[in-house]
Amino acid sequence: MSDHPSPIPWLGVVGVVPALDAPPVLATPSPASDSARPEVVKSAAATVEVAAAPSPLDRARGWVRAKLKGKKRPGSGIPARKIIVWLRDARRVSQAGFLGLFLFLLVRTEFRGGFAEGSNVRLPYPVEAFLLADPFVSLMTVLSTHTVYRALWWSLGLVALTLVFGRVFCGWICPFGTLHHLFAWLMPNPRGATTGGRRVRANMTWPYQHVKYYLLGAFLVAALCGSAIGGLLDPICIAVRAVGLGVLPAVSYISGRGLDALTHTNVHALQQGGDAVRDTLVATVLQPRQYFFHQTWVISALLFVVLLANRWIPRFWCRALCPLGATLGVISRHAIVGMEKDHSKCTDCNLCLVDCQGADSPQGGVKHRQDECHMCLNCEVACPEDVIKFRWFPNRRSETFAQDAMDRRKVLVTSLAGAAVIPMARTSDTIDANYYDRLIRPPGAVEERSFMERCIRCAECMKVCPNNALHPAFLESGVEGLWTPILIPRIGYCEPSCVLCGQVCPTGAIQKITEDQKLGNPARRVEAIKIGTAFYDHGRCLPWSMATPCIVCEEFCPTSPKAIWVEELDVPDRDNHPVHVQRPHVDPRLCIGCGACEKVCPVQDRPAVYVTSVGESRSRTNVILLETENYNRS
Amino acid sequence: MDPRPDRREILLRGAKALGVLAGASALAKLTYDRGGWSAHRADGAREVRDYRVADHGGPSDFSVARGTDLTAPAELVRQAVDALGGMRRFISRNDVVVVKPNIGWDRTPLQAANTNPDVVAEVVRLALDAGARRVVVTDASCNDPGRCFTRSRIWAKAHAVGADVVLPAEHRFRTMRLRGEVLDEWPVYRTLIEADKVINVPVAKHHNLAKYTAAMKNWYGSLGGRRNRLHQSIDLSVADLATFMRPTLTVLDGVRVLLRNGPQGGNIDDTRRMNVVVASTDQVAVDAFGCTLIGQRPENLAYLAMGQARGIGTMQWNSLRPREIDLNARGAHSYRIVTPEGWDATALARAVHSPLVLPELA
Repeated sequence: MSDHPSPIPWLGVVGVVPALDAPPVLATPSPASDSARPEVVKSAAATVEVAAAPSPLDRARGWVRAKLKGKKRPGSGIPARKIIVWLRDARRVSQAGFLGLFLFLLVRTEFRGGFAEGSNVRLPYPVEAFLLADPFVSLMTVLSTHTVYRALWWSLGLVALTLVFGRVFCGWICPFGTLHHLFAWLMPNPRGATTGGRRVRANMTWPYQHVKYYLLGAFLVAALCGSAIGGLLDPICIAVRAVGLGVLPAVSYISGRGLDALTHTNVHALQQGGDAVRDTLVATVLQPRQYFFHQTWVISALLFVVLLANRWIPRFWCRALCPLGATLGVISRHAIVGMEKDHSKCTDCNLCLVDCQGADSPQGGVKHRQDECHMCLNCEVACPEDVIKFRWFPNRRSETFAQDAMDRRKVLVTSLAGAAVIPMARTSDTIDANYYDRLIRPPGAVEERSFMERCIRCAECMKVCPNNALHPAFLESGVEGLWTPILIPRIGYCEPSCVLCGQVCPTGAIQKITEDQKLGNPARRVEAIKIGTAFYDHGRCLPWSMATPCIVCEEFCPTSPKAIWVEELDVPDRDNHPVHVQRPHVDPRLCIGCGACEKVCPVQDRPAVYVTSVGESRSRTNVILLETENYNRS
Repeated sequence: MDPRPDRREILLRGAKALGVLAGASALAKLTYDRGGWSAHRADGAREVRDYRVADHGGPSDFSVARGTDLTAPAELVRQAVDALGGMRRFISRNDVVVVKPNIGWDRTPLQAANTNPDVVAEVVRLALDAGARRVVVTDASCNDPGRCFTRSRIWAKAHAVGADVVLPAEHRFRTMRLRGEVLDEWPVYRTLIEADKVINVPVAKHHNLAKYTAAMKNWYGSLGGRRNRLHQSIDLSVADLATFMRPTLTVLDGVRVLLRNGPQGGNIDDTRRMNVVVASTDQVAVDAFGCTLIGQRPENLAYLAMGQARGIGTMQWNSLRPREIDLNARGAHSYRIVTPEGWDATALARAVHSPLVLPELA
């Protein structure tokens, strides 16, 4: 208690409280005693005015703010430092800007065509930039592959930023965090309205916030065991996955159905108007056709749940689950900027807690949790008693860290759980034995075990795929492969000259390949990359079993020479009349497994030609032919 | 105890209740569905899109321009169209013109699966010079459209001369009643048909199922939906489509021709530079002549006979006052008005510059 020598004014002790290191105004008693000591109030008001020396602009702003809030600053009414108010505003601008940037890059994660010279197609923007800057992703893949893949070293920038300013990423940059911030503001706790006790209680530090550190431990150990499964909970991955595969297609669907109604009116003006709206949407945020994603409702539902959680616990996701936040929390222990508190001035008004984002105990009387703090600065702006100060090199007397409060045995046990999950997942029949034959990975994907070391399920590849061919796996590759990319040719085939999925993959699960490597180039002795092999179901194929000409599959087969070749013959129909048909066959040496044949087969529900993963270039075991000679070479 | 509601309120409440009941009944009557099973069939007349211009008696209705490897494709287009009387014969001031090349495949110009971009650009330029208000270049591609439009170089080159290059989008298709023999109701690409004039700019190429395709088959690109079924009766569906779409003008690109592995190709060895451009008002005649470029005979192509039988056009292109323009290496050119009897397909095919090894005829 020696740190708090002052008497406690709101208990009604008479007499001027001695100042510590601030203007005497701080000794102002609560409003209840104002009438008793009018002269002190007057002098206090005068001091404040002199100290603040407001310009007309400031006064106007203060008036507007007072009008908007409808009340004066409570308590002692000490205004927040200008720099902090300015930084708080800057933080809001930054949040909006980075959310906008994230959404811009997300909707541009697609190839829109253009005037480019030459035949190589690349995206104009680094659409995966947020993932490259993500230290959790880097850390996982470094542990699993012992290498830093290409531009992932960008994440060092974020580490450096955190070492200076703490978790500013969470408060100022993270698009998913901003989304939660927004939703917590949109739907405050039902009981307690905007400033009440429940909300303050929810914003205090609670032990559930340790969960993210346990998760981080488990995920990092899992990475060490060879699985980047932590990407399931990486906030950037979730944002790309949920918005890119759930929200945007849903928006496209809703607007499409709505504007279809206009088209069906048969009123020319309405049709034109609907078309104009549609053209604009397609030119800006949507894609020219409706995209569908495999079992994406699960992804959307989980987004819905974590956003809804903000109603009871603001930023529940960030506080409780986010492994990236935990990573940054660990780093932020050493941050240069931090909070100092003058507990002696605190009146326990709890205003700092009303809008606290990180639940990091900004209030007086308890130690601040620097590793939980999002550096949103709301507490210092709210504090009317000059208790809270963010500054360079703060003293650490009122700092503590979540890690100090955590149970080491729990950390050990959860980490062991992370280690146990991987063999459990792998000894079910998903990778080494009896695996799913339709587990077709994108072209350039590395061998399945390496793939698991690298794939963070960020869904960039699925978003960028021009044909809607790549999808989040549900349980096709087991629990461990949840939401890793698989190719579903029936929905879309792999565009032969396209290498965009490798371009946007931040971790090298899909390597950056060239058009030559994908298609093969006999002149340069480059083998084509195979992702599978096509097979015919003769019972369903029109020329094979129904005496009907077709061979759309042969027409679409993109290899040269074509992997599908036809056998010309006359077959009898039911009345024994000869019908000339061309029966298609697959040459497994030439087939690259792109699935164009399966996509265009007119037998709609279960096509007569289908691709399975056998023969894929990335595997040495998933093979058919005993041949060393490759026929894609001349 | 609270007072009882007065008579006025009771009547009001009763009236409201009756109103709701009446409203619900009226709604039920309006939306009554008797049920039952019948396949949905739209009635409606056959829709035909005829963009031909009244014949003002141009000098010719069928022209062939031939050059050497040094001749610019644009020059061939200019000569062929001029021989018909120039673009002004077809395009009026302030027309909205749709140019429909073949942009079906993700292939480069050398692979000759799409229309040559220089040919497309020249057609666009001629249309704009003739006074067109707006020239739209579009197609409903087979592969990813963005990629087809970009890698075929048609986007860049058509845009450079002032065309609006429009990528197909799902909402741009609308079901129409074609009432063909095999094509009844199909989603049609509206951007293609919302025009005053339509110029078909196909590329001549081999097709593994239909043997040879160009002008008439190019209208596959006006359909959406599940086109993959059309192959089961490819000749009839081609004839149905050509009955539905009657272009103002057809300009056939035979600058580089895909001889094998069509329609997608992919191997430059399967193509041959032929430096031929054909222009005509008759799409059947264009195909009847064009198939000789790859060594086919018109009588082998069933859809041509069907087209002729339906009165879409004639396989006898020499009945269309044909003109031939031969541009030699120095760029000088000689005009020749050919009498029908003096000009037959095989002779012309032989005359094409590099000696042609004809593929085996089916």
